[in-house]
Amino acid sequence: MIIPLLKGLAFTLGRFFSRPITIQYPEVKAPPAERWRGIQYFEKDEQGKTKCVACGLCMAVCPSQCIYIETAEDEEGRRYPLVYELDATRCIFCGFCEEACPVNAILMGKTYEWVERARAPFLMNTEKLLEEKKYNP
Amino acid sequence: MQVLYLLIETIVKCGVVFACLMLSVAYLTWLERKVLGHIQIRFGPNRCGPFGLLQPFSDGIKAFFKEDLVPGRADKPVFVLAPMISIIAAISMFAVIPFGDRFTLPWTDYVVKLRIADIDIGLLYVFGVASLGEFGIVLGGWSSGNKYGLTGSLRAAAQMISYEVALGLSIVGVIILSQSLRLTEIVALQAGGFWNWNILYQPAAFVFFIICALAEINRTPFDMPESESELACGFNIEYSSMKFALFFMAEYAHMITVAAVAVTLFLGGWQAPLPQLDFIPGVFWFGAKLFVIIFFFIWQRGTFPRLRYDQIMKFGWKVLFELTLVNIFITALIVLLKG
Repeated sequence: MIIPLLKGLAFTLGRFFSRPITIQYPEVKAPPAERWRGIQYFEKDEQGKTKCVACGLCMAVCPSQCIYIETAEDEEGRRYPLVYELDATRCIFCGFCEEACPVNAILMGKTYEWVERARAPFLMNTEKLLEEKKYNP
Repeated sequence: MQVLYLLIETIVKCGVVFACLMLSVAYLTWLERKVLGHIQIRFGPNRCGPFGLLQPFSDGIKAFFKEDLVPGRADKPVFVLAPMISIIAAISMFAVIPFGDRFTLPWTDYVVKLRIADIDIGLLYVFGVASLGEFGIVLGGWSSGNKYGLTGSLRAAAQMISYEVALGLSIVGVIILSQSLRLTEIVALQAGGFWNWNILYQPAAFVFFIICALAEINRTPFDMPESESELACGFNIEYSSMKFALFFMAEYAHMITVAAVAVTLFLGGWQAPLPQLDFIPGVFWFGAKLFVIIFFFIWQRGTFPRLRYDQIMKFGWKVLFELTLVNIFITALIVLLKG
C-alpha cells in the first residue's frame, strides 16, 4: 500500500523537474493542422489578378450565404467578379467554396486569429482576399 | 523601564512575525500554483511580473474589488464571524513557535529572543488554537444556509474530531522524550546536529503527525470540507470577496503554522543540522526546514487523489488511532526500560 504512494510521489517529482510542454500562445504559436480551414484567400493568375471566373458556384453552395457576387465581362468576353463580397463574420469555415470552385480561385487559408473593433473590416472584397494570400505562402 | 522595553520588543516582534507570515501566505499561494503547474508539466502563473511574482498582489486586489455578498438565508453575525475565527486562530498559533535562538542588539547589551511568547504549555496552546480554527470552517458552512456548505461543515466537524485524536496522540511520544510542553525546551533538547532530532527517535510519530496535519488543515487527500467535485467548494461556497480571501489566507497560514510545529517538534526547530553550521542564523535553518515540509505538502497535493469520506473515517479511527497508540506504548516502554 505504501510502495505505490511513494512511486506516485517519485513520478510527480520527476514531472516537476521536467521541462513544461506549454506553448506560450501569444508569443509562440502552434502551427495549425495540415487540413486547417481558416480565412479564405484568392489565388492569383499570371497578371496578379484573381483567377475567379464569377461562376457563382461558391455563392450557391455556401450554407451560411456569406458570399455575394456580381458578374461582369471584360473586352475579351471573359467573366470576372465585378463585386465579390465575403462576410467573414458569417462564414462558418466549412470549406465548401473551396471544394465547389472549378478554377481553384478561392482557397481556405491558415489564419485563425482576426480581431476588429467594428464589423465593416470583416466584409472582404476581391482586393482583401487577394491580399490574404501573403499570409498563406 | 524594563517593562517598557519588553513591551516595545513584543510589539515589534509581533509586527515582524505578522508581516512575514502574511507575506509567506501570499507567496505560498504563488508557490503552490507554480509547483502544481510544473508537476503537471506546465508553467503556472508567469504573466504577472517576472515568473508571475506579482500574482499574489493581483489576486489580492481582485478579491478586494469583488462584490461582498451575504446570502439572504445566511445567519449574518455568524457568517461574518466565521472567516475572522479562521484567520485569527491560524495566525495566533504562530505566537509560541520559536523561530530562532536569540541575538544581542548591536551597540547595546539587550538580548532579543526570537519567539513572541515562550509559555510553558506551548504545545497545548498550539493544539487548542488549532482546533479553534476548525470552528471557523464549521460555522462558516453552517451559517451560509446552503446544503453544500452545511455538508462541508459537517464533514469538517467529523474529520476534525477523528484526526485531532490521532494528532494529539502522535506527539505524545515527543513529549515523553523531551518531558516538556514548552516548545523552546523541545527545540533545545534537539541541539547539536541532526542525529539528535526527534525524527530519528520518533520516525513513525513524524509520519502520523504529517498525515494528521494534512487532515487538520483540510488539504488534499483529506480535503473533505471543500471537495470540489461533490460539494462544489464546500464550506466556503457562499463566501465572496475578502471573506473568501480570509478563508483562503487562513488555510495557508494554518498550513505554514502546522509545518512550523512539525519542524519544531521533529526536525530540531531552528537548530543547524550539523554543529559546524551553527554560524548561520537559526532563522535561516527554520525557514529552510519549513520550506521542505511545505514543499512536501504541495507535492503530495499534486500526487494523491482525494479519499472517499468513509475511507477517511475508517483510516482515521481504525488505522491511525491504533498506530499512534502503539507508538506511545513502544516509546514509553523503551524510556521505562532505559530508566
